[in-house]
Amino acid sequence: MINASGTFDAIAARRVYGDALLADFPFSAFVSKTITPEPRAGNEPQRIWETPAGMINSIGLPNKGLEGFLVGDLPQLAELPVPLIVSVMATDREEFARLVTGVGERDEVAGIELNVSCPNVHSGLIVGEQPSETEALLEHLRPLTEKPLIVKLTPNVANPAEVAVAAERGGADAVSLINTLKASAIDPATGEPGIAAGHGGLSGPAVRPVAVAQLRAVAAAIQIRVIGMGGVSSGADAMEMIAAGATLVAVGTESFRDPRAGERIARELP
Amino acid sequence: MTAPFGRRLCEVSENRASGGYRLFSLIDAEGPEPLPGQFYMLATERHWDQADGRPFLPRALSVAEAAPAANGVRLDFLIEGIGPGTDRLCELEPGENVWLNGPLGNSFTTPRELHQIFNLADGEFDAVRVAGAILVGGGIGIVPLALLRRTFAAQNIPTRVLLGFRDEAHSGGLDDLFACCEVRLATEDGHRGHEGYVTDLLAVMLEGDDAGSAAVYSCGPPPMLDAVAALCYEAKVPCELAMESPMACGYGACFGCAVPDGNGGYARLCVDPPHPHPVSTHPSSSAA
Repeated sequence: MINASGTFDAIAARRVYGDALLADFPFSAFVSKTITPEPRAGNEPQRIWETPAGMINSIGLPNKGLEGFLVGDLPQLAELPVPLIVSVMATDREEFARLVTGVGERDEVAGIELNVSCPNVHSGLIVGEQPSETEALLEHLRPLTEKPLIVKLTPNVANPAEVAVAAERGGADAVSLINTLKASAIDPATGEPGIAAGHGGLSGPAVRPVAVAQLRAVAAAIQIRVIGMGGVSSGADAMEMIAAGATLVAVGTESFRDPRAGERIARELP
Repeated sequence: MTAPFGRRLCEVSENRASGGYRLFSLIDAEGPEPLPGQFYMLATERHWDQADGRPFLPRALSVAEAAPAANGVRLDFLIEGIGPGTDRLCELEPGENVWLNGPLGNSFTTPRELHQIFNLADGEFDAVRVAGAILVGGGIGIVPLALLRRTFAAQNIPTRVLLGFRDEAHSGGLDDLFACCEVRLATEDGHRGHEGYVTDLLAVMLEGDDAGSAAVYSCGPPPMLDAVAALCYEAKVPCELAMESPMACGYGACFGCAVPDGNGGYARLCVDPPHPHPVSTHPSSSAA
């Protein structure tokens, strides 16, 4: 069990729970929050909204930027007792390359996850929604590092397997899915969306059947490894991901409810 | 002292009406005693998700009182049912189990520390000789002030308590959490105390000769906190505000509870340090 990017802040959790976090670290690898080239403050609140068996979030990728991450966060994340995967996102290939190079040359980093659920500033297209954009990005980044490159797939496409095939062709070592589903909810008190941004991403058990269907389609289409996630909250759910084609399972939203969910789910596996 | 890592099941020992609110108690066998201003994430073990798959996330509740018990720490929570999560917690039965994560969040600072943060201290600041603390609570926001009042009393910090409620149905906790101390009351419908806002009482108090050496601590609805901050700013009295924001996790993971930090960015109420300018912030109970 690993964590889904952006669902566990190991640095904050260590402040809250102390070194017990390290002694009983709940994941077998840790995925950082997404790092962008420059610092981001994140989105205006309200950022989260509870929904049936899940929640919508629009956090906006707050982070310290590449330099801030390397100086401020990486030394602390390196103290975790598990391999570190760093999630990165940029809006053009050169910026993506700067991130992959900057992160990839650090010995503390075991792998890099590419968050491609963002627009390319030049084309205006969401990279991860376009097989051609995804393949071109991978071809650009692949020569820059020998570390494993994982492509985080968005579920907000008609055919995620096409994007997975493109990622594989471009040289990715693995894909991870699903990211959150585009969603909105109306606050009955105001008649307006509950999330300030108007919409966000849906996660939690509500999305698990979607994840299972997409995992099956993607795993059947590619040879590289598949990391499965989407509403996993028990060992039985993790088994469902594995049956659908996942070789590694991640937990996200359930960690909000149970900080030790990763360890508990692993323990619940048969 | 840090919180035990992870959630744990705690048994409900009591749940009764307290005015229009409910007051329930848990026995926490593992955790340390909470500091005033800290909170816990709570969810029932059974039937948490009821109709329509909600509630789903645990709810953040400020702790009202805490005391050593034979088998752990007794925690008292005062709660107003305003949505599926708080409604479910209002229905807790003695003997029922609740998932508990905490204590979480920052605690309040002392008047001395607050004056130092705001650089208002003239030489040696002596909390005993000066006006001390003024606690201003509104509605269910009175909760974190109960433990704060008792803590200040134990430290011999003079403390005055001003509480405000909308009406009788939206009030509670007075006879249970503030029974032993003098409370100045304001109610919008005038059923008890001053008819009007609790900030009316604060405005008068801040005109007193000793107000300059006071420190104000407040928790309540956002318009009330805005009014408290404005009054304190005007009177050059430092204040510390306990705020609330929707919160999925309570330990820094979800980034949902962000509030503006006064410097163009955002801070998580649950784990980021309070912001000394223009006002300090702390988490309190989360909605619904």
